[in-house]
Amino acid sequence: MSNVPDSLRYTAEHEWVRLEADGTATIGITDHAQAALGDVTFVDLPKAGASFAAGATFGAVESVKAASDLYCPVAATVIEANEALNATPDLVNREPYGGAWMIKVRLADPSSVSGLLDAAAYRKLL
Amino acid sequence: MTAPLARTPLHAFHAAHGARLVPFAGWEMPVQYTGIIEEHLAVRRAAGLFDVSHMGECRVTGPDAAAFLDRVMTNAMAGIPVGMARYTILCQPDGGCVDDLIVYRLGAEEFLICLNASNAAKDIAWLRSQAGGDRVTIADECARWAQLALQGPEADAILGPLTDAPLAALRRFGFATATVAGAAGCLVSRTGYTGSPGFEIYLPAGSATAVAEALLAAGKPRGLLLAGLGARDSLRLEAGYPLYGHEISETISPIQAGLGWAVKFAKGEFVGRAALLRQHEAGPASKVALFSLSDRRIARQGTPVMAGERKVGEVLSGTLSPLLNKPIGTALVEAAALGGRLEVDLRGHRVALELAPGPFVK
Repeated sequence: MSNVPDSLRYTAEHEWVRLEADGTATIGITDHAQAALGDVTFVDLPKAGASFAAGATFGAVESVKAASDLYCPVAATVIEANEALNATPDLVNREPYGGAWMIKVRLADPSSVSGLLDAAAYRKLL
Repeated sequence: MTAPLARTPLHAFHAAHGARLVPFAGWEMPVQYTGIIEEHLAVRRAAGLFDVSHMGECRVTGPDAAAFLDRVMTNAMAGIPVGMARYTILCQPDGGCVDDLIVYRLGAEEFLICLNASNAAKDIAWLRSQAGGDRVTIADECARWAQLALQGPEADAILGPLTDAPLAALRRFGFATATVAGAAGCLVSRTGYTGSPGFEIYLPAGSATAVAEALLAAGKPRGLLLAGLGARDSLRLEAGYPLYGHEISETISPIQAGLGWAVKFAKGEFVGRAALLRQHEAGPASKVALFSLSDRRIARQGTPVMAGERKVGEVLSGTLSPLLNKPIGTALVEAAALGGRLEVDLRGHRVALELAPGPFVK
């Protein structure tokens, strides 16, 4: 069974969102997503300052088997992309909720995160 | 409506060993067990065990069998010694490929042919359609056989104690009828599709699970992993082996694919000879090239190959080479463009194509 931490919010496309104490948010892909992709070989992430509408493609993750788009769960502007994933894309397989976070963002609407799936609702999709 | 997926005799074995099963060529097959890269490296460094029971088989027998195969296949078939196998292409009259095959000579008038899963029914129908007045019988044996591939430098040490086949005496492409892990009537062949040493074992379908369990148990202490189709694909691509539907197809000939060594014009008439000879003499308009990329992105099937702003080809297969730790692949490229600078267009991102002089593993 894949790991679905209670403290995060989720999308049906298998991204997770963590609302931070300072009002920013961190986004990555779930344990289920990394397992489905298999060995991750490349993560294509946006530059700081890029803005995305909810549901827009903000990057892509590639495994040996497949390439998959990354969707921004909520409208947001990128503060920082995770540079560590350039050299060690396999972190996505090892630490999907930790070291393999993908982008830190400023939310267009801080309340938008509460509209995403909670852990129980996401588990039902798996 | 889609037809239900076929299952190999090892379906329950796969489930019990944690395989991720995917549809492939009408079959439900393991794509991986522990991870494609780990399984790939196990084959290069120790051993991997693959279920390839989806592959088809047919048996061609009769007084004209050797002459018939010589006439419908590109390689020299009549001269294969009993106990040896040979790689060959089955061509259409226009030089396109019906399939690529391994043909085992069981006797003077008896051959067992290994067929690609996706082409098995087509191949058997094609062979029958070509056998006009020939005294041959073409028997479909797809359901009779399971197939395991035991590949890697530890393969001899793992299989040796479990079989009466004279492994040390088997040269590459040699085979023997043998008992394996108590299962009689197996065919043990020093062949493979990985670029590493090893065996392909044809076994009665009912023996598959017991033999697979025995090989797994014997191999584990030597570093053997169960391996799926994902690793099979990255291994064959590192070794430069073609896959039907990618490097060869009904529209990509063996001459284009660099398989001219398996086309024997000197043997006389065979199906496709005139068309292939024209390509051979004039040089084909487009050729299959093996490449690597100095990037992390994989150029997958269908990716455009560009010479400046002109599209001169398309990627046929692409994966990450675990050995080189960079993307590799094949592309069909206009022959005239092969000398110049080529790039792949990865969703707007241009990466230089580095042509490989030969396979990435020997």
